[in-house]
Amino acid sequence: MIKVFIPPLLRPATNGLDQIEVEAATVRQVVAALEKRHPGIRERLCADDSLRPGLAVAVNGAVSSLGLLQKVPDGSEVHFLPAIGGG
Amino acid sequence: MATVEHEKQAQGTSGNGKPYKVIGTRPIRHDGVDKVTGRAKYGADLRLSGLLYGFVLRSPHAHARIKSIDTSRAKALPGVRAVITHRDLREPGSRVVDLGEGAVNLRHLSNNILAADKVLYRGHAVAAVAADSVHVAEEAAGLIKVEYEVLPAVTDVRSAMEAGAPLLHDDLFTDELGQRATKPSNVAKHFRFEKGDVSEGFARAKIVVEREFHTATVHQGYIEPHNATALWNPDGHVTVWTSTQGAFTVRQQVAELVNLPISRVKVIPMEIGGGFGGKIRVYLEPVAAILSKRCGQPVKVLMSRADVFEGTGPTPGSYIKVKVGVDASGKITAAETYMAYEAGAYPGSPIGAGAMCIFACYDIPNGKIDGYDVVVNKPQTSAYRAPGATNAAFALETVTDEICEKLKLDPLEFRLKNAAREGTRRVDGPVFPRIGMIETVEAAKNSDHWKTPLAGKNRGRGVAVGFWFNCGLKSSVSATVNPDGTVALVEGSTDIGGTRTSIAMQLAETLGIGAADVVPSVGDTDSVGYTDVTGGSRVTFATGYAAYEAARDIQRQMIERAARIWEVDAPQVSYEDGSLVGPGGKKFTFRELAAQVNKTGEPIVGRGSVDPEGCGGAFAAHIVDVEVDPETGKVDILRYTAAQDVGTAIHPAYVEGQIQGGAVQGIGWGLNEEYFYDAAGTMRNSTFLDYRIPTCYDLPMIDTIIVEVPNPGHPYSVRGVGEVPIVPPPAALANAIYHAVGVRMQRLPMSPPKVLHEILAK
Repeated sequence: MIKVFIPPLLRPATNGLDQIEVEAATVRQVVAALEKRHPGIRERLCADDSLRPGLAVAVNGAVSSLGLLQKVPDGSEVHFLPAIGGG
Repeated sequence: MATVEHEKQAQGTSGNGKPYKVIGTRPIRHDGVDKVTGRAKYGADLRLSGLLYGFVLRSPHAHARIKSIDTSRAKALPGVRAVITHRDLREPGSRVVDLGEGAVNLRHLSNNILAADKVLYRGHAVAAVAADSVHVAEEAAGLIKVEYEVLPAVTDVRSAMEAGAPLLHDDLFTDELGQRATKPSNVAKHFRFEKGDVSEGFARAKIVVEREFHTATVHQGYIEPHNATALWNPDGHVTVWTSTQGAFTVRQQVAELVNLPISRVKVIPMEIGGGFGGKIRVYLEPVAAILSKRCGQPVKVLMSRADVFEGTGPTPGSYIKVKVGVDASGKITAAETYMAYEAGAYPGSPIGAGAMCIFACYDIPNGKIDGYDVVVNKPQTSAYRAPGATNAAFALETVTDEICEKLKLDPLEFRLKNAAREGTRRVDGPVFPRIGMIETVEAAKNSDHWKTPLAGKNRGRGVAVGFWFNCGLKSSVSATVNPDGTVALVEGSTDIGGTRTSIAMQLAETLGIGAADVVPSVGDTDSVGYTDVTGGSRVTFATGYAAYEAARDIQRQMIERAARIWEVDAPQVSYEDGSLVGPGGKKFTFRELAAQVNKTGEPIVGRGSVDPEGCGGAFAAHIVDVEVDPETGKVDILRYTAAQDVGTAIHPAYVEGQIQGGAVQGIGWGLNEEYFYDAAGTMRNSTFLDYRIPTCYDLPMIDTIIVEVPNPGHPYSVRGVGEVPIVPPPAALANAIYHAVGVRMQRLPMSPPKVLHEILAK
């Protein structure tokens, strides 16, 4: 199972749930599983076939550059975070 | 993404347990002679046959609608070859593209380069001229007639958030994680992080301190102004020479804005005289390219210092409110913050990073963070060393110092008691891997500085800690074995802080050769694989990782070559300590085999291309002693010590230099630097005479303490170095000022008039 942490501003779309467990092997499958349970959430997270601009995904604390393609090993934590850049 | 296939190496040793031979030494930098003799080529040095000179006309208004632009008189001036406006750029639409280290709205980027219907800040580029000389170009720019409808301007983040504030963009609606507001506003984005129950946490606290903080807009202050030279060939290929932190991101931005495939744009990065995050977005490059297209000749455009201040991206001014609760034992029970950062003219401040950094040094059981990205009539902000984190640390670390005072706690003990560590869940969600917060604070606590009492009237000591994420991203290198036993290393990262050498050293260590036996160079976009920007403290980590992979590739090829020469199978040959060892005592040194490479088969060229995760976060702890003149408010720094976890110091002198440079920039941010705006939104101090950055006369030696907590995500345990040292200084200085004269500074910069004001108001 994958533990997905729902950002506070997204919780109205998950009936207030702050964590949701899903079966998934990639971030794309994580989003699809969320969408299946809470229709409309994909649109909040994705644009076209990518994460929304300015949004990043972290799997087990490591921000991935692969976005939806990132694999999520069983037991992983998934967080959706603001994308950041350095100087 | 590259994977670490080797067994993790112990700190200070090579993979076989032997001490490093190259890493940790201090060889002379490969580009040192060129730099100190003035022979290194910067963008302004470029001379091309038939070169023309460009000049950019900029807005005198902070906010105005462009009603018309008449270029006829400028075009008629003898010596003028071309005049362009926004109409000459491609209309890219409101597409968002990923530039490797952040996404950019191309319409915003295009409008920032040459304003379309509105100017949004004083200094906003409006038109550009190419002429036979820069003087003719400047004169012609003065003949361009722009008719403006001047609009009210807003240059302060909180004013911009008020209902009824002048709107910069009619089509900007607040985004809350994909949820769009129904009315336009200057608030581009709002997000929130929550952990635990802050109400319960504050209820358990013995004391709660809540304070408000303001930080001014400051500039990176790189010494070399922006410059770009472009040649648009008749065959439709464009070459751009420029000062940039990333040749590939310049290629992409130029291609998008001049409507060419990237294969027709070649970017040659010149030496760079500082960037610190400010030389990632393009300003002049597309302008030079379009002017060259119009003229059929190369065009060079340079910025003046005033252009740099008024027309390029500083770091945001901000408003931050912080509330922290602590129990009787000194443990943090809850923390909450409201953070609003100025994005400048277009959305995209580093509020996300600031919000994720503000509480990162601490293990906070209950936390809440609200962040706002707000447009104002100032230049669009750019990254600046640990973007967003310095503002945040100033606020939090001042509050923690006040808490320590109220509870009579030692400030470093308080930080150790509440330190984030491996397994700590941040308020923004993820759990920390192995980090060095505790070791860094302990290093500060054990320093001679901390152990030496400070005495004297109006003197005080302050401490602060800071965090920055660092990042990985994509890097490429290629490495060719020369017959004389050297290796030519071509890397894609522009070299700002001596990274040619720090990357070459990792290649040399892996191959078992000397650092001087590697000949590093920075490639252009046609000669090396894609590489993301030199930023995010990533180059020694990621491009060094690529060099390690390239060296491993060379090892494999040399094993095969030795096996071919010795007529044995490759598995019978091993690579040991810079030599090839075969059966029966056969042995080649690297140099001996290199001499035979071209006589025995194909050239040996190693390649490394990586996109590594596991960059490892960086922590810093700074101590500063100050003396405050109570009659003038002037702050003199008596002593300064910066401790930092760097993973492994590849070249300790460069690590020390990065720490010292970051600390000095943070000191300038804390004590002096700010954009002064008048009521019309015009910056009044756009020269280095009036915009006061610290010089050697203002500072003591910045003592450094290198802490090495190995990063398990890198073959040589490297963590990024360049950014986190700018994070603690303003807070450390504010705390020192308090302990010197008893005033809590909550507004940056803490310049003499502001400190004096607080002293007099006490």
